[in-house]
Amino acid sequence: MSDDEIILSELNDDDLVQQMMDDLYDGLKEEIEDGVNILLERGWTPYDVLTKALVAGMTIVGHDFRDGILFVPEVLLAANAMKGGMAILKPLLAETGAPRVGKMVIGTVKGDIHDIGKNLVAMMMEGAGFEVVDLGINNPVENYIDAAKREDADIIGMSALLTTTMPYMKVVIDTMKEQGIREDYIVLVGGAPLNEEFGRAIGADAYCRDAAVAVETAKQFIARKHNQLSAG
Amino acid sequence: MKADTPALPRILLLACGALAREVIAIRDANGWTHMDLHCLPADLHLRPSLIPDAVEAAIRQRGAAYDKVIVVYADCGTGGLLQARCRDLGVEMIPGPHCYAFFDGLDAHAARAEAEFTAFYLTDFLVRQFDAFVWRAMGFDRHPELIQMMFGNYESLIYLAQTDDPALDRMAEDAAARLGLRYERRSTGYGDLPAVLSGLSAALP
Repeated sequence: MSDDEIILSELNDDDLVQQMMDDLYDGLKEEIEDGVNILLERGWTPYDVLTKALVAGMTIVGHDFRDGILFVPEVLLAANAMKGGMAILKPLLAETGAPRVGKMVIGTVKGDIHDIGKNLVAMMMEGAGFEVVDLGINNPVENYIDAAKREDADIIGMSALLTTTMPYMKVVIDTMKEQGIREDYIVLVGGAPLNEEFGRAIGADAYCRDAAVAVETAKQFIARKHNQLSAG
Repeated sequence: MKADTPALPRILLLACGALAREVIAIRDANGWTHMDLHCLPADLHLRPSLIPDAVEAAIRQRGAAYDKVIVVYADCGTGGLLQARCRDLGVEMIPGPHCYAFFDGLDAHAARAEAEFTAFYLTDFLVRQFDAFVWRAMGFDRHPELIQMMFGNYESLIYLAQTDDPALDRMAEDAAARLGLRYERRSTGYGDLPAVLSGLSAALP
């Protein structure tokens, strides 16, 4: 053991959380799992561990990816580390009745197998208190619509990495309009080749540039929906 | 009396660095001596959102010396933004989603999309640069666990070969094995690129 090795259990809470954010940034899955367990042993609620250590740390990773400081491999490693922590917290969150903000079905569109961004969004949405139903990759329109109805979802999220597959999002939205259910759901879209103009053009509620923006946008739309319901 | 031969317009081919060899080969094979090539770094593909600004900067820096500029990029993951920028700047670019598509033949590639959406494509350039542009750029040398995370949904690697080079074939097959993908080689030559370049260069600026 080197002299400067950090013993997580010897750190106070603030330093430990700071260290966990550093470890998340560096994609150190085992250290994250250790940190999560230590905070739980110290009496932290699963929700606080999730939001104050993991989500906060992953938000920094997201900002640095957006700003060109981190690249895809580093983000994936960080996400993998967060996933390790989430696996510990998820059953506990269910037991402890953590706040449930809303429900989202999410998937990559038909003809597209790329799921890195979609997986990140799903994880950050879960971290923010959303229930997420992940439809995986290569989803035809009926997958989105059937799942949204079956799950009584608030949000449909669609992801695409390819210029050739992103137009399929419009097929899904147009089908929702034809069925008269477009206004029943918040539709969020994202993916590397998309932009705001595209999101508007296909009739989505919003284009989300990254996972953090997706979470904030989803929260805003859900709050608006609740306001409308209470006003009505 | 000798008729005057009109001078050919000076053309700047502003290309992705991943296409340098191929564009030079096509230009020289066709005797297009009135065309100059300038390449932007191929690693812009790691951040496609930077491509439109980089292309515009190069046009502003070099375009004035030419009668016409042709942007030898496909959409390349810019989601239509490169096309919009080229339109604003009054220059033309190569159609299609990626260089894979025009090497493969735009129509044929689109027709195969449904059957091949689990395929990862390499060109001659990407075979040569596999270690730099894929293996190391994706961190697989340091974190092999990322291979499954990034390539787990792919089933095959298709090498779209511009040239017949057994050494490149072996390298491509090795790349497929390292990624855990089924290997296929498809000889495409330069596909639609010569005809597209010829058409764009012949059109009036």
